[in-house]
Amino acid sequence: MDLELMINSLPKLLSAALITLKLLSVSLIIGLFIGLLFAILRLNKNIFVNKFAYGYSYVFRGTPLLVQIFIIYFGLGQIEYLRSTFLWVILKEPYWCAIIAFALNTGAYTSEILRSAFQTIKPGIIEAGKSLGISNKIIFYKIQIPIAIRQSLPAYGNEIILMMKGTSLASTVTIMDLTGVAKYIISTTFKPIEVFIVAGSIYLFMTFIIHNVIKFLEKKYSFN
Amino acid sequence: MELLAFGKTGWGDELFIATLMTIAVSITAMIIGFFFALIFTPLKLSKNKIFNFIGNSYTTVIRGVPELLVIYLLFFGGTGAVMYVASIFGYNEYIEINAFITGAFAIGIISGAYSTEVFRGAIQSIDKGQFEAAKTLGLNKFGQFFKIILPQTLRLAIPNLSNVWQITLKDTSLISVTGLVEIMRQSYIAAGSTRDPLFFYSFAAVLYLLLTFLSMKIINKLELKYSKGY
Repeated sequence: MDLELMINSLPKLLSAALITLKLLSVSLIIGLFIGLLFAILRLNKNIFVNKFAYGYSYVFRGTPLLVQIFIIYFGLGQIEYLRSTFLWVILKEPYWCAIIAFALNTGAYTSEILRSAFQTIKPGIIEAGKSLGISNKIIFYKIQIPIAIRQSLPAYGNEIILMMKGTSLASTVTIMDLTGVAKYIISTTFKPIEVFIVAGSIYLFMTFIIHNVIKFLEKKYSFN
Repeated sequence: MELLAFGKTGWGDELFIATLMTIAVSITAMIIGFFFALIFTPLKLSKNKIFNFIGNSYTTVIRGVPELLVIYLLFFGGTGAVMYVASIFGYNEYIEINAFITGAFAIGIISGAYSTEVFRGAIQSIDKGQFEAAKTLGLNKFGQFFKIILPQTLRLAIPNLSNVWQITLKDTSLISVTGLVEIMRQSYIAAGSTRDPLFFYSFAAVLYLLLTFLSMKIINKLELKYSKGY
């Protein structure tokens, strides 16, 4: 055990963990909007809209995240037309490519989580709202969405943790996140176990925090 | 389409072999994972605190740390560890571990943590009466487990194991970083030499979709088979 290396690499790994957190939070926020949008599309009765939303979640859940990042980072740059548009400003940055891939990926999972939450809302609750003379729009925003969010908290907590692990793939497109820096230190010092312990502990610590925050929210918003 | 031709002109045969490699690594990893689950599920269910701690640490650490980090650990640390063990037995030469074995082992450790959780959940949800009934039938411990508990566990575990299989299948894309030529690595090579990454990575996505789709079909059949009588 090389304790000195572990202590020396800690500050570098901690500052890299900030990049991991940044990637995670930005993609989660964008992904949540995408997820909500597609969950609503899934509930749409129009068969084309419905199939489109299903196709999106099927493709993004059925392929590895690594393929998605590579298609966006290496693949989209190949299209000449894209290079001439303003989108190129975003797509030439590995940071934004990673975020787009993560957001689309987590959006697909989130849409499934929210959809099943919407479907488990008892019809009685919606009927009760209607009988009180509340408009459909307000029923949706003030009754269905809050209940669905509460229902999906445990599953969404898992998704956040999975996504946090997923951000490690950003290191494959040259972003120096926690895994990227850990790999760099491993390949320059050839001390994989020490670095793994430090980087792994940081990841576990973040998992622990996320887990407890979700647990707290679940308790706070429980129905009883 | 020319890019996908079989033979020397296209990448069809290479990608086909790479797909077989992905399937082979996934199945090997899944089996290695089952061995891990076989060891760690009893530990997690044990009443002994130390055993319990070991079992819980395994599943918590592996499920809380990114797969890529575990792969790097084994990729860079695996050779060292094997050489250290070999040196105890007096063998001091350089040993190179096959990328297939490292990869399958890394993914196996990860898949094992998920399988352990699935088996633990399945065993815990079996009615206590079943254990008692097995005892009253006068079966020995072996017979109790294999004849009564395991078949019921399998029925409960298969739907969740299918999720583990999907995760394992997708995780194998990560071992392309170790140089094993599976779908992802082959697409990377093809994309590099033809300068057409969009096509090859999209094709890789299609291959993965095909694999997940086909495995779902097979698993659904298995599920039907094991839920006979329910």
